[in-house]
Amino acid sequence: MKATAAIVGSGNIGTDLLYKLMRSDLIEPRWMVGVDPSSEGLQRARALGLEASSDGVDWLLGLDEKPDLLFEATSAYVFRANAPRYKQAGIKAIDLTPAALGPYVVPAANMMDNLDADNINLVTCGGQATIPIVHAIASVVHVAYAEIVASVSSASAGPGTRDNIDEFTRTTSRGIEAVGGAERGKAIIILNPADPPPLMRNTVFCSLPEGADQDVIAASINKRVDEVASYVPGYRMRGEPQFDGASDVNGGMSRVAVFLEVEGAGDFFPPYAGNLDIMTAAATRVGEVLAQSKVGV
Amino acid sequence: MPVPPTFLSPYSDELDLRVTDSSLRDGSHAKRHQFTTEHVVDIVTALDEAGVPVIEVTHGDGLGGSSFNYGFSHTPELELISAAVKTAKRAKIAFLMLPGLGVKDDIRAAQDAGGQICRIATHCTEADVSRQHFGLARELGLETVGFLMMSHSTTPEELARQARIMADAGCQCVYVVDSAGALIMEQTYDRVAALVAELGDDAQVGFHGHENLGMGIANSLFAARAGAKQIDGSTRRFGAGAGNTPVEGFVAVADKLGVKTGIDVRKIIDAAEDVVRPVMDGECLLDRLSLTMGYAGVYSSFLKHADRLSKRYDVSGAELLIRAGQRKLVGGQEDQLIDIALEIVAEQQ
Repeated sequence: MKATAAIVGSGNIGTDLLYKLMRSDLIEPRWMVGVDPSSEGLQRARALGLEASSDGVDWLLGLDEKPDLLFEATSAYVFRANAPRYKQAGIKAIDLTPAALGPYVVPAANMMDNLDADNINLVTCGGQATIPIVHAIASVVHVAYAEIVASVSSASAGPGTRDNIDEFTRTTSRGIEAVGGAERGKAIIILNPADPPPLMRNTVFCSLPEGADQDVIAASINKRVDEVASYVPGYRMRGEPQFDGASDVNGGMSRVAVFLEVEGAGDFFPPYAGNLDIMTAAATRVGEVLAQSKVGV
Repeated sequence: MPVPPTFLSPYSDELDLRVTDSSLRDGSHAKRHQFTTEHVVDIVTALDEAGVPVIEVTHGDGLGGSSFNYGFSHTPELELISAAVKTAKRAKIAFLMLPGLGVKDDIRAAQDAGGQICRIATHCTEADVSRQHFGLARELGLETVGFLMMSHSTTPEELARQARIMADAGCQCVYVVDSAGALIMEQTYDRVAALVAELGDDAQVGFHGHENLGMGIANSLFAARAGAKQIDGSTRRFGAGAGNTPVEGFVAVADKLGVKTGIDVRKIIDAAEDVVRPVMDGECLLDRLSLTMGYAGVYSSFLKHADRLSKRYDVSGAELLIRAGQRKLVGGQEDQLIDIALEIVAEQQ
């Protein structure tokens, strides 16, 4: 028996997520909720056999049958208003907005820690791409400082991201610390307008203690890349991890640098938008783990 | 938003242009971010004495730039800003920030350290990421400047649209920033003119040049003729790539043309030779790598990174930069230079 799911938000993210959930063996997307009667996302959902409404969450919460899982693909503002109502209705929410109400979850780092939370927050796209690697390194050596650089195509950065770019850097930095396990985290995001749009790129820098075993670190990174790739097929490392000794420009720290690329699955978003794909892929993964724990598959 | 009529001229309403010296910010790239408080005190003292009205002090990549990706600062930039503020008798101290790298709290901290002019930089087609920062800066009572980086890479019309976004967000002067030192005279004129036409009385227009094609002073003059009211330079060219428009050279030329900058020609010439040059690790030259950057349209601060990586990986620095241009990398993507070095190494094997 599959867990039933509702998607709140009928925009691009919600639609891409719908395509992924349609392929899941563990989740059955049944409802999609929007606020605009002319939404193409709602029309697509109906064509795929979902019940869809533009009457907002009032409609969803008024139904006799409640979803086992709810995916929120609206905005931080809307989710903050909706979250208490989901809790009251006993619906577990997976939050793709930057609201950060619930605990941060990155499937390949801390998934099993937060299964009981009322709602789960997916940090940011850059966080989903880089925190697993920080975590892989911090699980074998002490990481005093971790820094990530996420480069995304301008075409894939919507007005929400642009108006709140500080939210990205702050939330990702906190995620690097809270989930990644680095003592101090820093995040940088770059928008690149090149045409054709480049794939999402991420670089992870972690400081290393003197004499750290490079083979152990590299093995831990490689294993973790495979784990992320199991739910984000277009996730891969470019080249091998690069180790550098301490120097002035390195702030007197030894470091490892890891170069990552995320090619989207091309469900609704074009493949260059790996930053959006990794969010919907991570949401799907979280949903599947919750579905398993719920129905005991 | 109305522009206060006197903010341009800290000393005199008679100035034709306001010059900002960026050697303690853009020069940070050339110095690999190893400025000390002593360097700042020496340079600010000399520039202030010469009459430079605005001096910019920050990590080369702006507030929060101290990092693995761009290089860690020797001395925290807030200490450097604070030292500059305490040293300057007349000059205003400016600081730079890049949304996506720095955050709003960094702006507050820089103001607390005494910074008076907040300069906010985005890639030239991405101005909308700066709205919240301009809003805050104005709320805090800071004077604001906007930087449209890599201005050579888009059209005058698109630049003007982006300038309008910044001006509407609270920016008081939008700069055409030739980060790659790739613009050539009329190309500068056309871009500045497009901004002047778009902005009218809503905001001023500025120009920030680099010397990667040897065009810094010429481009600055074309910018002034097109209506720019603020011009950046770095004394002794102390900046990224082949450096910035040399302030002493620009001031000398302006003086001969009767354009008033308020800067004493003899004093700034002496400051360049006697004070700024000794702080520099080497002259900023139009050498193979920096000329390659101007030619290929590559972000100037990639220079020292390409130089370091060419030695680390035994690959051609010029090839690294050419590929950075082909990949259309923008400011801030220093990490991708390592990726390119690995790509070249893989091809060589």
